[in-house]
Amino acid sequence: MNQKQSNERRLGWLLCAPAVTALLVVTAYPILYALWLSLFRYDLRFPDQRAFIGLDNYVSILTSEVWWHALGNTLILTIISVSLELLLGFPLALIMHHTLFWRRAVRATTLIPYAIITVVAALAWKFAFDPTIGFVNALLGTEQAWLTQRWSAFLVIILTEIWKTTPFMALLLMAGLTLVPHDLIQAARVDGANAWQRFIKIIVPIMKPAILVAVLFRTLDAFRIFDTVFIQTRGAQGTETVSLLGYNTFIVSLNLGLGSAVSVLIFIGVLIISVLFIKGFGASLTKGGNAE
Amino acid sequence: MMMRNDLMGRIFWGMGNLIVMAYALLPVLWIVSLSLKQSSHLNDQRFFPQTISFENYRIIFSDMQFPAALWNSIGIAVISTLLAVTLGMFAAYAIVRLEFPGRRLILAGALATAMFPSVVIIGPIFNMWRTVGLFDTWLGLILPYMTFALPLAIWILSAFFREMPWDLDKAARVDGATPLQAFIWVIVPLAAPAVFTAAILVFIFAWNDFLFAISLTSTNNARTVPAVIAFFTGSSRFELPTGLIAAASVVITVPVMIIVLIFQRLIVAGLTSGAVKG
Repeated sequence: MNQKQSNERRLGWLLCAPAVTALLVVTAYPILYALWLSLFRYDLRFPDQRAFIGLDNYVSILTSEVWWHALGNTLILTIISVSLELLLGFPLALIMHHTLFWRRAVRATTLIPYAIITVVAALAWKFAFDPTIGFVNALLGTEQAWLTQRWSAFLVIILTEIWKTTPFMALLLMAGLTLVPHDLIQAARVDGANAWQRFIKIIVPIMKPAILVAVLFRTLDAFRIFDTVFIQTRGAQGTETVSLLGYNTFIVSLNLGLGSAVSVLIFIGVLIISVLFIKGFGASLTKGGNAE
Repeated sequence: MMMRNDLMGRIFWGMGNLIVMAYALLPVLWIVSLSLKQSSHLNDQRFFPQTISFENYRIIFSDMQFPAALWNSIGIAVISTLLAVTLGMFAAYAIVRLEFPGRRLILAGALATAMFPSVVIIGPIFNMWRTVGLFDTWLGLILPYMTFALPLAIWILSAFFREMPWDLDKAARVDGATPLQAFIWVIVPLAAPAVFTAAILVFIFAWNDFLFAISLTSTNNARTVPAVIAFFTGSSRFELPTGLIAAASVVITVPVMIIVLIFQRLIVAGLTSGAVKG
């Protein structure tokens, strides 16, 4: 018996070893490395000036307007797109859940935005809003160069994000809908509850864990928004997000020290969001989040 | 069933269906239509092309850059998928089926990685790859894709594995099979749909990536299609080659759309697994 247990233990570790190694080498190690690099003045264009400078990189980032501006942009984009996605995701989930005919076709087309490459989606909407190529101005009777001003550029970016990710949100919500017992809805209907009351009083409370998981996923995802902004504005017109800032400092300017500090700050941002969610809704999250 | 008045219900949900389909298809039709427009009609601001021309497709395939990028995209995504699903399968089986200390930690660690913004490690990886010679190689992209897809694979596979009829596995082990034999001969065939689902989702993830592709590559050696499209330059530096970009977009979108349409049920099951199952 004991022999068997230790065999099982060894096999378990053996089977997990490759995955764990990959995760450690490609994610855990680079984070620690970023933490270490962030304490140095280290610019690849001036490698001889490399020196340990403690927290100076963080000081210069946290006192620069660029960082706070990018963080503000990221939060604006995240909050607006996730709330609108939740708002639109519900009707979409209801339609997918209730639809009587073309069920397959409807569910399949809903997956299209999810399956399309983000870069392609961003380009499609960019061209649609383009003043010379696009059809949007002709449709609305406007002559707007949408991506050349901050707020109209945000509008296009948010629209692209919503289009691309609402179906994912709706799928998670739909899975929550299937947990609502049909009898309960029928009983409420017999008792005279109208559709809105049934939705607010019965469906939403039962779905709460599913809603929270969907919102947490999408919030963390939206916080790292990069592709859409890169394609549509490259961060111009004051639309730079924290991910773009990190990319620009690191890959474009080749400033490893400052870039690493930006990375670490983004990482801390993600941690804060996760902790807020888990603290705020911990009980319902673990109830819904654990596939047990 | 849904509404007291059946006809009303049909009309209501039917309208809903139409709106949903229009919503999902609009940008797709638009980019297809752009790719088929003649270059002289590109600025006509119409949604549909007046005349259909395949010129853009001919140009991108006669150029060196796009076919190379397409080959890179396919090769890198397929290899990453195979690796991620294989490693994920081993780990998920161990987590669901075997008693060993640390399995909860592994699952939690994998989930934490799934939430992880890739931009955080892009710099360190860039610097590491530069020193070990992985910059601008297939392997340099395969490693991060495989790793970032692992949590997804482990998560989906373990959610599916929990639902599988494991008695067959027990029966095989009672009959004297070792855990490893039971795994290969009983579990692998049973798990095929789950594995396939995980593979599709991992493939879409790798196919879609942009940040790693533009940061860790610089030439046709390993540059994938999303990265190439973003930096396409036409005959003139000042004008975006819209038609060519649209054609390239259609070429990389169509295969994935077909996969999604065929395996719609598996994908829905995979995306929602674990997230909601109580």
